[in-house]
Amino acid sequence: MRRKDDPSDLIARVRRGEHAAAARALTLVVDEDPAADELSREFFKSAGAAQKIGVCGPPGAGKSTLTGRLIGLYRKRGLKVGILAVDPSSPITGGAFLGDRLRVMEHATDPGVFIRSLASRGMVGGLTHTIFGAIHVLEALGCGKIIVETVGTGQDEVDIASVADTVVYVTTPAMGDEIQAMKAGAMEVGDVFVVNKADLAGRDKAVADLRSALGLGRASAAPAGHHGSQARLTAASVEPRESSWEPPVCATAAISGEGIEELGKILDAHLERLSSTGEGRERLKRQHSAELRFWIERRVVQRALDRVTEKSLEDLLAHKTDPATLGREIFRS
Amino acid sequence: MNQKKIRVLVAKPGLDGHDRGAKVIVRALRDAGFEVIYTGIRQTPEMIAAAALQEGVDAVGLSLLSGAHMTLFPEVVKALRKKGLDDMLVFGGGIIPDEDADKLKKAGVDRVFGPGTPLREIVDYLNGKLRVAA
Repeated sequence: MRRKDDPSDLIARVRRGEHAAAARALTLVVDEDPAADELSREFFKSAGAAQKIGVCGPPGAGKSTLTGRLIGLYRKRGLKVGILAVDPSSPITGGAFLGDRLRVMEHATDPGVFIRSLASRGMVGGLTHTIFGAIHVLEALGCGKIIVETVGTGQDEVDIASVADTVVYVTTPAMGDEIQAMKAGAMEVGDVFVVNKADLAGRDKAVADLRSALGLGRASAAPAGHHGSQARLTAASVEPRESSWEPPVCATAAISGEGIEELGKILDAHLERLSSTGEGRERLKRQHSAELRFWIERRVVQRALDRVTEKSLEDLLAHKTDPATLGREIFRS
Repeated sequence: MNQKKIRVLVAKPGLDGHDRGAKVIVRALRDAGFEVIYTGIRQTPEMIAAAALQEGVDAVGLSLLSGAHMTLFPEVVKALRKKGLDDMLVFGGGIIPDEDADKLKKAGVDRVFGPGTPLREIVDYLNGKLRVAA
């Protein structure tokens, strides 16, 4: 083990705000290195220290450029900002092209900004299995705001609602009409909606379409039902959004910076609401539940898959057994 | 459970905007199973070093076609060392004469690849250097 991997030394240096130590800790955590267990245990103590802002929405909507603007906004306030930007890993080669950093290079040498690009490494849904561990490292580093940027697969990216305190859904005037906004998925979990590229034609209509579609949701909102602890751990369990917060729709032009101040105020208002209503506590609990779920899914699925042998696949080919029977045997063994 | 991946930063220091070569390398490394971070054109050595540190990469690839490699490549190496990244593998590509390659090697740029280098050669080079260490 290299000296810099001594866990207690790394932990102390991260807490002192050393970027090199945070970078090394992040590598150990996302590589799921055995040495990361002790780090994760320690860094979890910082969980909940930062406002975690999730930025999601379709590819090309301007998530990274908008993130760059938010960094600028928070830096003006003197806050330390952490960014975790997720891009997809190739399911074929395992390789990844991580290009989000390119859009935020103006902050590259600012000592108050720490940016890490993460590859999804086989997870679908816009995030990566180790996202919580990575967040806790940045919380321990002293970041007051952490921006988590999702892959941007769009419509089914709902896991972000179990990771972030405030979910920003970014779209553009060119992304379709009210019907698109009525579809299930990522749009259901947005706390704040941004029509980016507001310098393009159709901005007012896009804002109106979004407001109208969100209004339909309020009209039909059923009271939040009771979810048992079992339900909390299932993949589909994203708690219904409380109806007292009406998700604001805000127009921005990330390239010029237009609308960013307003977006910043909205994000502050949401944070204020989370802490004043107790919903913040509920969300944090939901996040911890999701962190546990990610951990279990990863271990259980991997352990079961490790037991699949070449011979069992041959048996399937020969129709000597079937996938369900084989699966049951694997779980019994 | 351990899922160690080789991470490589590809960067273009200096002022030329000819980034097609860099993008071809990025693509080839991605297809070879690496995680590649591309930071775009017109980077200062300090920006490249900060990105290399925060991203926790195993190697930094520099692409430059303006002829300023004898100035900028060693500057990047210096900036990396200043950040404590003494062991970082640095390699480069571009229009670089053979006699410069030796001088660059002494300055800490492990290897330079000229035009027409088969992509496989670069992938094999990185695998050879980094898989053992990983």
